[in-house]
Amino acid sequence: MNTKLLQTVAALSLLAGVAVAGEDATLIINDEETMVTEAAAPAHAENLDRIYSGWVFRADETQVLQMDDFDNPAFVFTDQGQDLYDTVDGTAGESCANCHGDVDSFAGLTAQMPRVNSDGELETLTELVNNCRTERMGAEAWKYSASQMTAVTALIGLQSRGMPVDVAIDGAAAPYWERGKELYYTRVGQLDMSCSNCHEDNYDVMIRADHLSQGQTNGFPTYRLKNAKLNSRHGRFKGCMKNIRATPFKEGGDEFKALELYVASRGNGLSVETPSVRN
Amino acid sequence: MKILIATAVVAAFFAGTATAQDTVVPTAVMFDEGAVGVSLTGVVGDAANGRKVFANRKQGNCLACHANADLSEQSFHGEVGPPLDGAADRWSEDELRGIVTNSKLMFEGTIMPAFYIDAGYTRPLEKFDGKSILSAQQVEDVVAYLMTLKEN
Repeated sequence: MNTKLLQTVAALSLLAGVAVAGEDATLIINDEETMVTEAAAPAHAENLDRIYSGWVFRADETQVLQMDDFDNPAFVFTDQGQDLYDTVDGTAGESCANCHGDVDSFAGLTAQMPRVNSDGELETLTELVNNCRTERMGAEAWKYSASQMTAVTALIGLQSRGMPVDVAIDGAAAPYWERGKELYYTRVGQLDMSCSNCHEDNYDVMIRADHLSQGQTNGFPTYRLKNAKLNSRHGRFKGCMKNIRATPFKEGGDEFKALELYVASRGNGLSVETPSVRN
Repeated sequence: MKILIATAVVAAFFAGTATAQDTVVPTAVMFDEGAVGVSLTGVVGDAANGRKVFANRKQGNCLACHANADLSEQSFHGEVGPPLDGAADRWSEDELRGIVTNSKLMFEGTIMPAFYIDAGYTRPLEKFDGKSILSAQQVEDVVAYLMTLKEN
């Protein structure tokens, strides 16, 4: 942890006495599930010593919202996801539940996504859902970041909450991971900035009123106070690119899929926090 | 003779509107070790306007990354770059012009955007394509403003 953060923590501790939340707080959900919000960086994130969940960088009042599922606004949407999961849709007369049973059968999946499928292609959870819809259910594909899609992927993600992110980067995944890494370090837009400029070189620093995080994705889809809905990973990438006045890549396109894999891999070891709360 | 007269007329016309004629386009800015010794417009910078450009989130947006006590009425100053209090004590006008125009020539690999380039970046949003973040005069105004930031 860098010096500035340590100083801040020290100052906060002096002031607060007992920390409810804060940068040195522990994320315990519903008084029982302890999340790993800080860990040693995986070896392949060679420019980081420690990795931190975005939760660490949020203000106390935002942190607290994620500490109890009754307070977490994202649960309105995972409840909608559960309804969608149970509802028959499409020409085959099937629901998700008809084939997959209880949604807890998906425990562990989100921790490993995205991954390379048997055809050697990188596949995201969003694509898995849409493939099921179009190929098995005879239903229309949802738009990549549609509210139904983020609701269902957040519900599936919740089944892995507390498990360590563990995406594979070797073997068939290696070329996708390399592509994602290249994108992460490439400057784009009129402001000519890369992901690394903010989220690797300057995390834990204030950019105006925003406390820069490492850009970890372990809490996605995440509920943002800013827009009061669940936000997909690709939707967030798109927002970042627009901020630096760059033409975003396409949601669900090869670039964002590769970037999703690479960014997820930088968080290997953090707990899946889906659905998290951010600002 | 006709051509000579035409040239004289054109020259006279531009002499009357010095600002347009004298503006240095982004690709023609001459740097010397990161500094730019010649005004981009030939028009003296307006520090009061520069202060506005500095603070405006759609123009300089300098407070996103730099703290500046002179703008304490604005909340939330960034910490990405160094505080600019006393900037004029540390840098010359030419150096500040170079840093605002394209700081990468002074600080290799810096995160700071170049405010007066209109090419060399990739995938810009269409509405910014081929444009610089600030106009030449806005750069001069910001430089004039930065020159007022003295502590000594």
